[in-house]
Amino acid sequence: MTAPRVALVDSGGTNIGSVTYALERLGATARLTADRGDILAADRVVLPGVGAAAAGMRRLREAGLVETLHEVQVPLLGVCLGMQLLLERSEEDGGVETLGLVPGEVVAIPATPQARVPHMGWNALEDLADDPLLRDVEAGERAYFVHSYAAPVGPWTLATTRHGGAWSAVVRHGLRWGAQFHPERSAALGATLLRNFLGEVGR
Amino acid sequence: MTLARRIIPCLDVRDGRVVKGTRFRDHRDMGDIVELATRYAREGADELVFYDITASPQGRAVDVDWVTRVARAIDIPFCVAGGIRSVEAARAVLHAGADKISVNTPATQRPELVRELADAFGVQCVVVGVDSLRDQDGQWRIRQLTGDPEATRALPVATLDWVQEVVALGAGEIVLNCMGSDGVRSGYDVEQLRAVRAVCGVPLVASGGAGAVEHFTEVFREADVDGALAATVFHSGAIAIPALKRELAATGLVVREVAEAVA
Repeated sequence: MTAPRVALVDSGGTNIGSVTYALERLGATARLTADRGDILAADRVVLPGVGAAAAGMRRLREAGLVETLHEVQVPLLGVCLGMQLLLERSEEDGGVETLGLVPGEVVAIPATPQARVPHMGWNALEDLADDPLLRDVEAGERAYFVHSYAAPVGPWTLATTRHGGAWSAVVRHGLRWGAQFHPERSAALGATLLRNFLGEVGR
Repeated sequence: MTLARRIIPCLDVRDGRVVKGTRFRDHRDMGDIVELATRYAREGADELVFYDITASPQGRAVDVDWVTRVARAIDIPFCVAGGIRSVEAARAVLHAGADKISVNTPATQRPELVRELADAFGVQCVVVGVDSLRDQDGQWRIRQLTGDPEATRALPVATLDWVQEVVALGAGEIVLNCMGSDGVRSGYDVEQLRAVRAVCGVPLVASGGAGAVEHFTEVFREADVDGALAATVFHSGAIAIPALKRELAATGLVVREVAEAVA
């Protein structure tokens, strides 16, 4: 297969570099863009994001990308805040309407003495659904998470992780996937997931 | 809990090379930064901290070239410390691919910096390093400018108060470097870490004093820290990370074990 062209949507997050490098390690060409034509011409679209929901949505709106993301017909992957933006609503910043590409909402993780917030570090993936994105991923494998808000488990959850309660680690609705953790920083597991996103999900 | 306790090697960087020695003198070249970072990642380090010793004391900004090289090469998270005094400097480091930035002395000089960084990048990117030592009256208080023994200053700020202040300002993680145990390799300062743990609701990383596998077990069990940072024991090969992880797992601690690295 020729190297898939990946459009990395410029949502103003800071940690774009590591997503680009992870995709390049897998042989894809990744281009950071806020251009509608570039995004709609790509084989895969990734919505990365670090930071807060309100700022992320503002940036997408200002760049005119909300409609564009709704028009994407190829597999789309939201990472971390990017996954949260795919859902309908976030409790962050006093409540933010998000893209609504995947049903569900994002809430603050309640901090307890046992479950500190931010949820930061390597946590286990559980309750894995049979899905091409998760091919060769086994329950109990660990991914690198860092976030203070999360999506409760729902019908669109493909994998969970436990921190206090259970949360969505991976979601899917149609050709839209989201990973709450950072595959670009999740060692072999992350590479497997990104490789599946570049290959398996399009089969 | 299923979240793994983190093992974090710390590498001192000078002019893009990893060096060893006291922070200021007798630097010995340990090798290429990408080679060492890749090796630690392969061996199962959960995260790396790079302390830029060129940047901090000389008032220079971090040279982001090596940050980019590391970000391209490794697939685990890493944090850059040293020389970050402004939102702009932090942005350059994060854009280059670092996952987190750590501030220490600049936060003691202008605590508002912590809030500015958290507002700009989110608390999950903002680590505050705290250098702490017990004074003669028995109180733990913070130090600044610890990179240079001659410039180091004791501040009249109690460590427990400082930790709560920076967390309120937006620190998403605290690295507590217990200077009394640093370099001695006789174990982490469990008493102090436990006291800080009690007032610290965000992740807490222990630093200073690791010399043996039992020290890691002890600090996780007794002080309930989220991560343990060490330099010498990893660089010297005295403790191999895969073996350390196996030992920790055998005592019932939750760790991320990786398949044995293949040459």
